[in-house]
Amino acid sequence: MKSSVQTLPPSSDDQFKSQLDKRYNIDRIFQAISWIATFSGIVVLTILIIGILSQGLSTLSFDFLTSPPSRQPDRAGVWPAFLGSIFLVIITGAVSFPIGVGSGIFLQEFARENKLAKVIEINISNLAAVPSIIYGLLGLFVFARLMSAITGGRSVLSGGLTLALLILPVIIVATREALKAVPDSIRQAGMALGATEWQTVRTHVLPQAIPGIMTGTILALSRAIGETAPIIAVGAAAFVPFAPEFSIEGLQEPAFTAMPIQIFNWVSRPQEEFHTIAASAIIILMIVLLAMNATAILLRNRFQNSR
Amino acid sequence: MTESVFKDSASEGADQSGLWQPNRSASKLSQKAVVILFGAFAMVSVFTTFGIIFTLLFETIEFFREVSIIEFFTATRWTALFANPEFGVMVLMCGTFLTSVIGLIIAIPLGLLSAICLSEYAPRQLRKVLKPALELLAGVPTVVFGYFALLLVTPFLRSFIPDMSIFNALSAGIVLGFAILPTIASLSEDAIFAVPSSLRQGSYALGSTKRETITGVVLPAALSGIVASIILGVARAVGETMIVTLAAGQSPTLTLDPRVSVQTMTSFIVQVTKGDAPYGTIEFKTLFAVGMTLFVITLILNIFSFWFVRKYQEKYE
Repeated sequence: MKSSVQTLPPSSDDQFKSQLDKRYNIDRIFQAISWIATFSGIVVLTILIIGILSQGLSTLSFDFLTSPPSRQPDRAGVWPAFLGSIFLVIITGAVSFPIGVGSGIFLQEFARENKLAKVIEINISNLAAVPSIIYGLLGLFVFARLMSAITGGRSVLSGGLTLALLILPVIIVATREALKAVPDSIRQAGMALGATEWQTVRTHVLPQAIPGIMTGTILALSRAIGETAPIIAVGAAAFVPFAPEFSIEGLQEPAFTAMPIQIFNWVSRPQEEFHTIAASAIIILMIVLLAMNATAILLRNRFQNSR
Repeated sequence: MTESVFKDSASEGADQSGLWQPNRSASKLSQKAVVILFGAFAMVSVFTTFGIIFTLLFETIEFFREVSIIEFFTATRWTALFANPEFGVMVLMCGTFLTSVIGLIIAIPLGLLSAICLSEYAPRQLRKVLKPALELLAGVPTVVFGYFALLLVTPFLRSFIPDMSIFNALSAGIVLGFAILPTIASLSEDAIFAVPSSLRQGSYALGSTKRETITGVVLPAALSGIVASIILGVARAVGETMIVTLAAGQSPTLTLDPRVSVQTMTSFIVQVTKGDAPYGTIEFKTLFAVGMTLFVITLILNIFSFWFVRKYQEKYE
């Protein structure tokens, strides 16, 4: 101890320098960089939106929405793709909403401490990280091939079922979160009055959780609308000149397209005119997405305010 | 558990006493039916996993009957769609690696710094606006990012690097980075925000500046959540399809030069499925072999993340 003191410089003021000026400068630089990083993402989003609007607004019209695609860019429209996307969302929602909410209720209300529930939980968090194109391969093999007698092969039904599997984990997690937020006292009160678990959930817990569940479902469906890779893998065709029919046969028709597929097709062509109408199609897709997101946010705010 | 005890004693009691006996068989039956039905629904997600594994394994085994597994992992050329095909998946993995690394070089620092800024520097009101704005970026469909990369970013980059080809890994990688940035930012922010403020106060009391507190105390405390978010970002980058398909092109090249066109595992799958590959052909089987490789990579990432979070998670009251 003594020797170490001796090796130190004589003046004790020199031994500890807080160097506050230097450290505060580093602080300021760090803070500035972190602000720049935060705004970089938003700047990129802004550039993207401005770029697409400046490209695509000129060719955006009502005719563009209601015309079938064409080899000539000035006559082409997105009607079959637009309807295809709506069909996909309806099928996806109709399949994934009941299954997702049912699974969520099962895991959160009926099987809370269960071993099976643990396994399913780990499985769901695993599924969330599986790339969407892998779901496309699953859909190609299972829905478009093994079940082609029901789905009609590479049809809009196969595509919708594939997307339903893709967003299922998201809906399950959203349902569980919404159910978790409902206070336990409600369940206990229901049980104390002699209701079964299901009666309590159906009449009291679920009505309180439904806004949260709807928010999660809408966000999941808006993700499904924008998904391109899995439905290409299932077999969405690039050029489908006719709108799908709303019938069993229409759903099984082995040729379908959707908005992202149409955009992908137009972007990958070399002619610049097609790039312009791709931007117009992107604007339509983004408006739909924005409307869905706004609905979800409104629902969430309303729900939070009323509590 | 308590309710099952309750039910038993209630039914026993009902047999003996002449008191009011509620006939609850209908509601009990519906309870049972619903539990079974919803339990079956919950199994759908398990079957999805089995379905994925079965699908990939089935066709991959078929594939390896025709192509040796050694060739698949050691050959240095990928010409799956030509007359004399060679299957060196290394080439596609290299393309995936290149675009992902470029993306992560952008997404990890920017995502982490955004998370730090949102949690530590931004005023609460501003955070309420900025976080949803960043999440909006996450909601942009990847095909739109692909458009952005190919038609806006590439021409811009080419004005600086004239010898870069139209399809290149650099532009795809940069846009990929911004596509996964919100994932990393949002999840890391959750982890950083959850660190209790007593830790920060302790650090200030010892004389640390704010930056020293963040890098020395807060980030290590949130490490498991941050690493989990980064690994999810890596998995997204590896599995990302449309950006790389549109902007990086379709030419399988074994290179680490970001200026030339590369093909990733995902863009190969798109290239083949777009062209309507008939069942039973080698192209069709190749799809699943490549898909299996991709799946195994994301699975390893997942398992690592799971292990890491378990080992290093800090719990605070």
